[in-house]
Amino acid sequence: MSLIGTLARMEAVREGRARPLATVRHRHLAARPLVFVPLTTAGEAGAPLGALVGTERDAPRLLVVAQPRDRDMRFAFLAELADAMLPYVEAYGDAVEHEERKETDPETGRKVPVEVELCADAPQLLVPSAAGVEYVRLLGRSMRFRRTAEQDPDAPHPAPPRVPLLGRWLTHFGERAHVPGSSLLLAMTQLLGRHWATGQSALEDQHLGALLAWIDPPDGMPGGQAALRAELERDADGLLIHPPAGPATDPVFDNKRLAPAVTRYDRARTEALEAAPHRFAAAQEALADADRALRELLASQLRPTWDAVWHGVDLLRALPEGAHVAERWKRDRWSYTGHRDRVRAGEPPQPRRDDAVTAARKLAARETAQARLDAQEALDDPLVMAARRLAGEAFAGEVTEVVMEYTQAKVARPRPLVTLRTADGPHVADGATLHRALPDGRTQSAEFVAYGPGGTLTVRLTGGMGRGKVPDTGSVPEPGHHVCWTLFDHAPRGGPDLPDPEQTPWTHGGPPAAVAEAPDPVTAEDRL
Amino acid sequence: MDKAALARALGSPATFGQSQFAFVRGHAFEARVKADGGTELVRLLHARLAGAAAAAPPPGPDDVRIPDLTAAGPEGRTARTALALREATAAGRWTLLDHPLLAMDVAGTPAYLEPDAVVVHPDGSWTVVEIKSFAMVDGSADAAKVGAAARQAAVYALALEPLAGRVASGATVRHEVLLVCPKDFSNVPDAALVDIRKQLATTRRQLGRLTGVADIAAALPEGTSFDLCLADDGRTPRRPSGELAEALDAVAPAYAPECLAACELAFHCRARARAEGSVQTLGRGARAELGGLTTIESVLAAAAGEAGDPDDPAVAALRRAAALRAEALAPCGAEPVPAARKELPCH
Amino acid sequence: MTVRMAPGRAFDPAGAAAAATDAILRDTLHSPHRGVVVDSPPGAGKSTLVVRAARELAAAGRPLMIVAQTNAQVDDLVLRLAEQDPGLPVGRLHSSDRHPYDPALDAFDHVVPSARVAELAGLDVVVSTAAKWAHTKVAEPWGHAIVDEAYQMRSDALLAVAGLFERALFVGDPGQLDPFSVVGAEQWAGLSYDPSASAVSTLLAHNPDLPQHRLPVSWRLPASAAPLVSDAFYPYTPFRSGTGHGERRMAFAVASDGSGPDRVLDEAAGTGWGLLELPARHTPRTDPEAVGAVALVVRRLLDRGGAVTSERSPDPVPLTADRVAVGTAHRDQAAAVRAALAGLGVDPGPGGVTVDTANRLQGREFDVTVVLHPLSGRPDATAFHLETGRLCVLASRHRHACIVVCRAGVDRLLDEHPSTDPVQLGVTVKFPDGWEANHAVLAHLAEHRVAWRP
Repeated sequence: MSLIGTLARMEAVREGRARPLATVRHRHLAARPLVFVPLTTAGEAGAPLGALVGTERDAPRLLVVAQPRDRDMRFAFLAELADAMLPYVEAYGDAVEHEERKETDPETGRKVPVEVELCADAPQLLVPSAAGVEYVRLLGRSMRFRRTAEQDPDAPHPAPPRVPLLGRWLTHFGERAHVPGSSLLLAMTQLLGRHWATGQSALEDQHLGALLAWIDPPDGMPGGQAALRAELERDADGLLIHPPAGPATDPVFDNKRLAPAVTRYDRARTEALEAAPHRFAAAQEALADADRALRELLASQLRPTWDAVWHGVDLLRALPEGAHVAERWKRDRWSYTGHRDRVRAGEPPQPRRDDAVTAARKLAARETAQARLDAQEALDDPLVMAARRLAGEAFAGEVTEVVMEYTQAKVARPRPLVTLRTADGPHVADGATLHRALPDGRTQSAEFVAYGPGGTLTVRLTGGMGRGKVPDTGSVPEPGHHVCWTLFDHAPRGGPDLPDPEQTPWTHGGPPAAVAEAPDPVTAEDRL
Repeated sequence: MDKAALARALGSPATFGQSQFAFVRGHAFEARVKADGGTELVRLLHARLAGAAAAAPPPGPDDVRIPDLTAAGPEGRTARTALALREATAAGRWTLLDHPLLAMDVAGTPAYLEPDAVVVHPDGSWTVVEIKSFAMVDGSADAAKVGAAARQAAVYALALEPLAGRVASGATVRHEVLLVCPKDFSNVPDAALVDIRKQLATTRRQLGRLTGVADIAAALPEGTSFDLCLADDGRTPRRPSGELAEALDAVAPAYAPECLAACELAFHCRARARAEGSVQTLGRGARAELGGLTTIESVLAAAAGEAGDPDDPAVAALRRAAALRAEALAPCGAEPVPAARKELPCH
Repeated sequence: MTVRMAPGRAFDPAGAAAAATDAILRDTLHSPHRGVVVDSPPGAGKSTLVVRAARELAAAGRPLMIVAQTNAQVDDLVLRLAEQDPGLPVGRLHSSDRHPYDPALDAFDHVVPSARVAELAGLDVVVSTAAKWAHTKVAEPWGHAIVDEAYQMRSDALLAVAGLFERALFVGDPGQLDPFSVVGAEQWAGLSYDPSASAVSTLLAHNPDLPQHRLPVSWRLPASAAPLVSDAFYPYTPFRSGTGHGERRMAFAVASDGSGPDRVLDEAAGTGWGLLELPARHTPRTDPEAVGAVALVVRRLLDRGGAVTSERSPDPVPLTADRVAVGTAHRDQAAAVRAALAGLGVDPGPGGVTVDTANRLQGREFDVTVVLHPLSGRPDATAFHLETGRLCVLASRHRHACIVVCRAGVDRLLDEHPSTDPVQLGVTVKFPDGWEANHAVLAHLAEHRVAWRP
């Protein structure tokens, strides 16, 4: 946490409400996001218990697994989830724009321009917390290797038709969420935490209710008190008034409410199955009652979180969007389009573990994305730039003097010396390369020359002034102008050129074996 | 140490507790792992051994001995465990000790430890087994949970070491423990050997310095009894909880938000730290750049130029940070929250 | 292993080192394996080995490429090659940035700098950074490569360049700072080719049978330092000092004035180690008192007319500013020390005292180092500050003495921050633990403590 961020948290403690950490919104927020609030069964990996899902805040769809250990019920849940999510996810696949991209011609080996499709927009999934993002990944992993009856007529316990496809999409969303600055799948706690500093720690900010209590406390109540209530307040039975945002449930809820309701449901189901004809209708009604009770119970745990996510959406919408957000969203659209193409081409699901080249490519892409995000956020937001200036990675000030100088080359090029007065203390050494955003969006390079007296500092412009001896209008700052130079690159370069997976060298085990991933074995142990 | 009970007594009940779904699942898993006379568990272990240790043949059905370890009281049970270890080592056969009881001296106080299992190899070496209910998905598991399990296992291994020296010549405690978890999304066991040499070194040094005992205690599972405060049943405090609270306050726990995930007493400590205005309540890293300033009030006063020595780099940096922050926020006016709030219903 | 010790006889460092080098060169030139790995503890002659291996390969008519990690390392290697073998044509493949390489290389006719590998075709040795090689395409791979600082190279960087060569000698120091990633790479932890792991760990995971060697003797570290550094940072791969006790001496012409800095200098001159301990206090990183103390120690070190005697020369050699370094954990600390030195009239910079962070001191060697302890005055001990490699680098740059400046209370700080590192399944544990190594070094330094109130 930067000192400016620490200070903001302390201001929040003093003010009793959150303080801004950003002056603009740094993530894309879709006009119509899909909100997904899942709950999971304690003690078991990827065993869903229930969820609210949908794009309309007033009409979430409730999905419930009445007996979380029953494989068939779990499949029914996942089928319903696919039914709720896939139409939304796939809806963006058909409206496309055409973009030109350089691709290597397989015959000549040259880079040639080709026209490719780019989806005009992409779906956006919002979950309450970082744990929710992980859960999306886990659900994706648990589903994508399932076999449907169509794929494999002999598969024991075949999965409903669209479940493996949803697994592949959720896996893609989960992987994309690891790319810094991406917005296909976002956690509301992280979104809010990026933009506001609360009077508590980042760890406590993972509690969506407490985080919102600081950002938008109920009238008259200090944020700290509201957050404490959101975190800990319990009713007479010991149940949390504000249920956790999941996917984990409150153990007290499990023991006092959920377990009896599941037991009741199990009993009703057994009775309905074994009921004598004259008891049949009554037993069915008892089962329906038990089912309804369970649904209501889970809805009671899910609905507050659902509302909280939408509350967060409102708060974020009030922030103006950062200037580079659309550019990063376009990369998300590329990512979505790419996966759409892989699905349409009938490629197999993502493997369990990446091969060496894929892992290295992903890591390089994420590192480039991180550097790009850091640069763009600073350029878009003076509050972020302030932290970079404090860290000695940028400096800003008023130009005091400009001295025109020229290169010695045959065609002399302008190399003006610009002196500015600044209170910043950049960590620069002689000859260090500097960058400045020009009003037209281009970047101008310069090099550090020397510190001067009275907090002044001189740099030499080395580019961005056009082709002639006379610099383009507006490309050289004038005395009195306020300018900001950064030590970091505004458009960081990508990682190394990596070989194709088939060319994986001996140091990394050679080319990976081309074996199709087997489905997870189905065992009797799936049901306890 | 039943910290949850203590937390209740102190008036800061924790959100801890175990869901019966997790409890049932955990027990069913452990029972499944140890079913069939321990053969499956020892096979899992054998399959992961390398080198000379793997040379011994894997156990067939009924090859694994499971000695009876029941005895009266903790002293009786530890004595029974020591005897069983001696016999198993001498016998040179695969032996599974199911929930043995070990004693260890922690800061002059005997503590009783109950690992899930200890396996004695035919070559006389011993392996600590930890059975956990978190999943290994595609061979990897939650690193924080594996780390906690490794620290816990290191304490068990340390408690076994003097026994190995005493009970049998040739007995050694292996520095790799077997972690057993459910595989992927099933209830079938998967296992991995975890090298605990680092955790052993750290724990050894902590014990040697007679500090960090609370951390060792925190690494231990519930039900571990410290004679210090609990009676033989492991539940009834011998000391009044008020005295414990005093004792707790006396050691001035260094509260950090990380405690919330690990300790039932953290909410008590947090309330105290917040009342004191401690900067650490905002995160462990918050203090890093603040030097000698430890309260939020003093930091804000220093940042505002109302207090603090301007030659102190921490104070100078704070003032610079405050100035930069104010400069950046100035053009955009008031904070952007109220605009959105108006559209929202009141709570 | 290649350490040879005849039973009952004294350790012969030169013999052991020569035997190791011979075995390494034999494997490099004649082994049927595609790779050879050499672990080199601090000051064990890694650069000497690289230069020698390059020359022998070239002499055997086998052109090779050399991969180093930074431009400074590449320039240093090219300079050594050029100086030692005027007949050896060396290519310096460089980037297209401005000032892409050390202009000192231009003094050699047989060194060819170029940004395009095609212009270096036919040269016996071509040297560049891993980053530049990663963007280089060649029709035919080189028969041989030497990968220097291989433990500081990331696995993905090796993946990008490994297609350029048939076989390679990998040389590096496993105890120095590990490569890292600024983004999370946990999802690949435990994979043999985890892209964020070190190149050597991937290489050995896939090729466990490669010959592995270790240079057994540190020629840099004195007899007073080698055992501590070996025990604390290389617990399972020990090494020895090339010199015995008493072979290296440091003395001052000017007697002590009884101040803390002078007393700690005398302690360090006598024992090789000194701890100047300031009163316990939580401070910001650029603790003015500690920074001032570091600067004062350096000032007194230069003022008191220090001279060192070693196996290099029978007569005492004056201890000059260019043989002294100050090491810190953070850049702002280094900047503060430079400012404090300037304030005392000591010129830090080219030809003067070197002041830099652990990262940038890697691979460097000095007579005396003054270290601002990474945990001095800190209220918390983060993974960054506990990282084993950082302390190892700082504690292993000196030929004569290392003086550590630190606030009291670090032992308590360590006790409050026991290592609770997460554990990834399938990842080979790296030794030692930073927490443990910090305690070991601290316990040793405590025996050389000079308490001082500035």
